[in-house]
Amino acid sequence: MNTDNSIVLAVALMAVAPYAVGAGDAVRGQQLYESRCVACHSVEQSRVGPAHRGVFGRRAGGVAGYDYSPALKASRLVWSERTLDAWLANPERMISGQKMGYQVTDANDRADLIAYLKAVSRP
Amino acid sequence: MKSPSTLLTPSRRLFVGTQALALSAGALALLSGNDALAARKPMDVKNDLAILNVAVGLEHEGIGAYAIALKSGLLNAQHVGAATKFQDDHKQHNDALIATIRKLGGTPVEPRTLDEYARALKVDQLKTEDDVLDLAARLELGAANAYLGVITAFKDPALGKIAARLAADEAAHFALLNFDLKRPFSKALAFGA
Repeated sequence: MNTDNSIVLAVALMAVAPYAVGAGDAVRGQQLYESRCVACHSVEQSRVGPAHRGVFGRRAGGVAGYDYSPALKASRLVWSERTLDAWLANPERMISGQKMGYQVTDANDRADLIAYLKAVSRP
Repeated sequence: MKSPSTLLTPSRRLFVGTQALALSAGALALLSGNDALAARKPMDVKNDLAILNVAVGLEHEGIGAYAIALKSGLLNAQHVGAATKFQDDHKQHNDALIATIRKLGGTPVEPRTLDEYARALKVDQLKTEDDVLDLAARLELGAANAYLGVITAFKDPALGKIAARLAADEAAHFALLNFDLKRPFSKALAFGA
């Protein structure tokens, strides 16, 4: 299976898979973000990773000026609770050839991080 | 029992364990001398190269952040010594990571300029020595957790072990900065959680 087909399959599976995680705690999510994500990310500025302000509803690879992997740019993915949950759980399984190795294995941690990212995406 | 704040004399603060913290020349050899690294599946190599290059970007930023801190004029002599030592650790990390990337046939990412790092880290908002130490502590904590979070993502377990060793250095930096900021010790099992 080539990379493009893998991406299409991964996105299709996400579309039908139940999203099992409930509403997260944005306050705890911010604490997690500060301790785990800030080595590479910040809300306002792209650094090692892209900036997160406005990530909800944004197409993957959409931060101007950030050097994304070709695989992520080609994914046609839009960030939502469901896609972020799958991404944070295992980025490489979701989009083969992307460059983020960090995994958030605990579903509650992912839900809290996603709640925080959603909060900072509000205009 | 002595309180934690009296366990280390001021002259030793931030310098404790300096010798133990340095990544040894042996570690460099471990990273760059593993011939088995070069004989792996192309997709596995590509996966590991991507993670290694993110790590190089992270270390570049750490080196730049300490360079900015050292130029800020906000650090006392003791903290200048500590920042210089920590920056040197990050340089050694990067030397090792870059050697590994080249061994695997990859191209390491280049550092950005200090001005770019300064903007990204909002260093214009740093007004006091504690502001600088706080930024360093946040970056070191984030780096420790970042390395712990990629251990299982490497296809080659040997690289996962190296990530764990790098995480230990970052955690040690964080602990000493945290101590000098007079903050509570980290809880057990706090890193990587």
